Amino acid sequence: MVSLRQKTRSLILIPTYFVLVLLLTGKPCFTGLAKDLKVKWMKRTPLYETHQKLGARLIEFGGWEMPVQYTSIVDEHLAVRKAAGLFDISHMGEIYVSGPAAEPFLNRTLTNDVSKLAPGQGQYTICCNEQGGVIDDLYAYRLGPTEYLLIVNASRIEDDAAWIEKQLKGFPQKSDVTFRNASDSTGAIAIQGPRVAEFIDACFPGSSSAGTSVFKASELKKNEFGQFRFQGRPVWVSRTGYTGEDGFEVVAPAEAITAVWNKVQATGEPHGLKPAGLGARDTLRTEVCYPLYGHELDAITTPIEAGLGFFVALDKGNFVGRTKLAAQKTEGVSKKLVAFRMTDKSAPPRPHYPIWSSGDQAARIGEVVSGTQSPSLGIGIGLGYVPAALAKAQTVLDVEIRGKRAPAVIVPKPIYRKAG
Amino acid sequence: MANVPADLKYAKSHEWARVQGTEATVGITDHAQHELTDIVFVELPEVGKQVKAGETCAVVESVKTASDIYSPLSGQITAVNKAVVDNPGLVNTEAYSGGWFFKIKLSNPGESGNLLSPEQYLAQIGG
Repeated sequence: MVSLRQKTRSLILIPTYFVLVLLLTGKPCFTGLAKDLKVKWMKRTPLYETHQKLGARLIEFGGWEMPVQYTSIVDEHLAVRKAAGLFDISHMGEIYVSGPAAEPFLNRTLTNDVSKLAPGQGQYTICCNEQGGVIDDLYAYRLGPTEYLLIVNASRIEDDAAWIEKQLKGFPQKSDVTFRNASDSTGAIAIQGPRVAEFIDACFPGSSSAGTSVFKASELKKNEFGQFRFQGRPVWVSRTGYTGEDGFEVVAPAEAITAVWNKVQATGEPHGLKPAGLGARDTLRTEVCYPLYGHELDAITTPIEAGLGFFVALDKGNFVGRTKLAAQKTEGVSKKLVAFRMTDKSAPPRPHYPIWSSGDQAARIGEVVSGTQSPSLGIGIGLGYVPAALAKAQTVLDVEIRGKRAPAVIVPKPIYRKAG
Repeated sequence: MANVPADLKYAKSHEWARVQGTEATVGITDHAQHELTDIVFVELPEVGKQVKAGETCAVVESVKTASDIYSPLSGQITAVNKAVVDNPGLVNTEAYSGGWFFKIKLSNPGESGNLLSPEQYLAQIGG
């Protein structure tokens, strides 16, 4: 068993010059990196030592050294589904966009309609290139009348910042927009599961001081957020998440995030809260068919092909990529993202495994982009792209696993649904 | 402290063999299952298949990885453990007993001399 064939997720190799910049700038969250040059071509979040103390198994993800699991992926996944899980998401990026023309700038740069947001609300949205391909998928929060916070994928922070800068240069009202990449000085955690609402107020007591006006954090509705005080500092608490469960995400200054984690862990433990790593994060989001950049989404795939047309507001006016996306909405797409489950006991489907049509004229028709053994369902599940004509629920397919084809069936999304 | 039973022989690739005369039972070590955690699928060879020492003959999959299993000894597969196919978690909980993979009728019993002793395997895994 010497050759562990790791079907890891998409990894970004950090160019040497970028690593040198990291070592030279020595930002607070990189002190570990500066001290130990041996293996460390990766960035670390402020919670790195916390993960070590908890005995986490660490892996490389998008240029970051992150916990894949603390105890077991299945245990952590099931803890989130049944009680609560605590994730470090400090590796993600935070970009502030503000100014009198921030709204039209964001509406020109992102697919969803930010004018629909009141201060204190957030929306899922996509940043496309001129061909309608995806640069990143992200959340946009309206902090105030002319201030927004974008939460972007860890592996895309630099590309997103460069793209926004480029778009701003060509924007007529550019002097009325400022943007600031605050990723390096910001930390974040996600607290996800049906029992989180029991203890979130004890973690962030009192009324919100900005954003949506609530007496308690647990009063926030889905996609709403509020500002709360934590040990004298303002933190943002939003009712959002990436697992399909109820939950909250917390954004705080990097120097405060460890204290936030400790408070949440201590408060949540009696309610069943467990630390959870990227392994469980991936199985949870795959079960509910949430996309992960580099898998369902990339520069040559459009949100329409990925089934995200709901987040593309064609009627709001012009935006980057609109031409292609409007054409796809009218004329249809050639490839479509489908969810599937294996129909017999088999090895789990994994990214890049070929998808075949079934029957006499069986042909290779596509590829798996995300796949795993579902901890909740006990069967292999996945997402993949197939020709649009074959993208219907109940269509039988085969997934090629190590040279042998195993039967699967297309199912409606989400693959996992809570009962009742 | 690593669990490395004294009555077994070991391969560098983390398989164990319980040699009894011209028969051997094979599985993966406690160290291996601990590294993999959550085993979700086991693919075993066909009964009757000829295997050579050092050749891949089975696959073990965890949530995140698929790993080849190498036969530590040469011979013919005489039995496979259906229990781990039905319940892959057995490999995690009973690596040396209920989680065995297959039995071989050895074609060259002397080969077990090439395997690691418990002390040598323990040293390899840094125990």
